[in-house]
Amino acid sequence: MKIVVLVKQVPDTAEERKLNLATGQLDREATDSVVDEINERALEAALRLKDADKGTEVVAMTMGPADAVQALRKALSMGADSAVHIVDDSLNGADTGRTAATLAAALRVTGFDVVLAGNESTDGRGGVVPAMVAEHLKLPLLGSLVSADIADDGVHGVRQGEGGTLTVRAALPAIVTVTERFPEARFPNFKGILTAKRKPVTTLSAAELDVPAGVSRTVVVATVERPPRAAGRKLIDDGTAADELAEFLVANRLV
Amino acid sequence: MSNVLALIEVSHRGEMAASARGLLAAAATLGSPVAVVVSAAPLADDDVAWLGELGAVRVYAALTAAAGTVLVAPAVDALGAAIDAYSPVAVLTANSVDGREAAGRLAVRVGGSVLADVVQVRSDNGTVVARHSVFGGAYTVDSVVEGGLPILTIRQGAIEGQAPSATAAVDEAFLDTPSEGAAVIDGFNDDAVVSARPELRTAATVVSGGRGLGSPENFALVEQLADTLGAAVGASRAAVDAGYVAQTAQVGQTGVSVSPQLYVALGISGAIQHRAGMQTAKTIVAINKDEDAPIFEVADFGIVGDIFTVVPKLIEAVKARSN
Ligand SMILES: Cc1cc2nc3c(=O)[nH]c(=O)nc-3n(C[C@H](O)[C@H](O)[C@H](O)COP(=O)(O)OP(=O)(O)OC[C@H]3O[C@@H](n4cnc5c(N)ncnc54)[C@H](O)[C@@H]3O)c2cc1C
Repeated sequence: MKIVVLVKQVPDTAEERKLNLATGQLDREATDSVVDEINERALEAALRLKDADKGTEVVAMTMGPADAVQALRKALSMGADSAVHIVDDSLNGADTGRTAATLAAALRVTGFDVVLAGNESTDGRGGVVPAMVAEHLKLPLLGSLVSADIADDGVHGVRQGEGGTLTVRAALPAIVTVTERFPEARFPNFKGILTAKRKPVTTLSAAELDVPAGVSRTVVVATVERPPRAAGRKLIDDGTAADELAEFLVANRLV
Repeated sequence: MSNVLALIEVSHRGEMAASARGLLAAAATLGSPVAVVVSAAPLADDDVAWLGELGAVRVYAALTAAAGTVLVAPAVDALGAAIDAYSPVAVLTANSVDGREAAGRLAVRVGGSVLADVVQVRSDNGTVVARHSVFGGAYTVDSVVEGGLPILTIRQGAIEGQAPSATAAVDEAFLDTPSEGAAVIDGFNDDAVVSARPELRTAATVVSGGRGLGSPENFALVEQLADTLGAAVGASRAAVDAGYVAQTAQVGQTGVSVSPQLYVALGISGAIQHRAGMQTAKTIVAINKDEDAPIFEVADFGIVGDIFTVVPKLIEAVKARSN
């Protein structure tokens, strides 16, 4: 089985992320870039299948600037067999539509039985790219799964819905997205880091993929920074703090 | 006036989703709201009346046997057909699991673009402008769609108010069963407790508990304070991971974003990923025994103390004052 895992390099959520107020785009200088944690969980799911069946091939794919290759290196050191990097200046600031069209075109080139991705990225939080990719490829999407059983005859999973969960399934090929309920990813070990250097990374440009530039696109028209919150009163409890808090809540009509 | 489609989700038990109010309110600020509803059985008169009360001028009732057995595809088909029927200036879905998948697929199918996780909408000389709250509310970003149909996923609980009520006219349509490329629903497993507490996303007050609670049994303390304050229950990811509470209660970067009047954080350190989901609350109260916990940096009222001594007293003190 061939599994392509979509990975995205994002600003580290542990730091204060910044937008460029003029362009509305991410200020890449402000924070370190990391592999989005949810993509690592997706990769972990793929690697567990590979642990169980050595015939499983795991490909990590990203679209991003030149340094996004670091995300692919990490995926390779964790155990992916090869990687695909879609890199092209014309893709700078690509919206979800352009991103999905490009990923779908690249997926047609690599081929796959299953595409695994995170349910939403921590930077954009749109959660729409996998559905767009699925529509481009006319494939089923099993999105926002809390667990999945991926086999040659198809994917069976449990999906997080609004008022509960759903039991869902699809035949292969299929697109699957995981939620945080999936297990945390393994750390790359020393051997993995060494062998990663020898694993192939294919580079694709937008021109090679021949993605038709869609007419519709999203444009940021204004970006405003909110003033940071100021800290208020802080009491050390001496036995009376609960009463003072109750007074505060009453005075502010919060109870 | 131009039509605006709003995809109204219906549960497998036939209940209309609470997100309908915000969707129709947002639709009404952009044009004439058309509620798009997909179901296996014809809509009850009560449901149509309810949608009208919430502002739907028309209801596009798409009937298909696939509703409830095929995932999301029927909603995309219904929206596609409704676009042909009403030539809308925008399509709105909830920023829910189903809503955003429908929005994503629809954008590709009809040549539109998605404006995701929208917290406010307006029309600027006919252009639909969507507002987003980015990086946990640190930025407010406005965006538009050029060259195609704007498809907006609306953050649940973000839109306040209600559209003027209308008497909804119903247009019924029959959809074909989606043939290719759809996933199948084999069953539904509803959340066991339908709690009497307010819904987390829209609650005026939220009481959240973190790893500091220490056990699922102790988490009851969070629920007791919530019930005293008439609040919804939230949690940190650490509390969810430790199994104290269901994942649906998670507040933060990868959970729910809330902006209540009052947010109370109990035994939560205030990691930046947690703050990303609550720092736009009007008033923040934190109780934590670590004086240096980052949650105090955003708290309007902080108590450095043990939740197991402070919270029971707080419950008594609030009860005493409300009598
Ligand atoms: C990609 C990513 C996404 C994330 N998304 C989220 C998210 O959506 N939501 C989220 O919450 N986190 C998220 N996190 C995790 C986040 O980084 C923190 O690990 C988490 O918020 C910590 O939860 P906590 O405050 O309950 O636990 P801790 O950080 O362990 O804090 C527990 C606190 O309880 C206090 N305490 C202990 N006992 C008592 C007592 N008896 N009385 C008073 N205080 C006490 C301690 O002083 C401490 O401050 C995410 C992390 C990553 C990497």
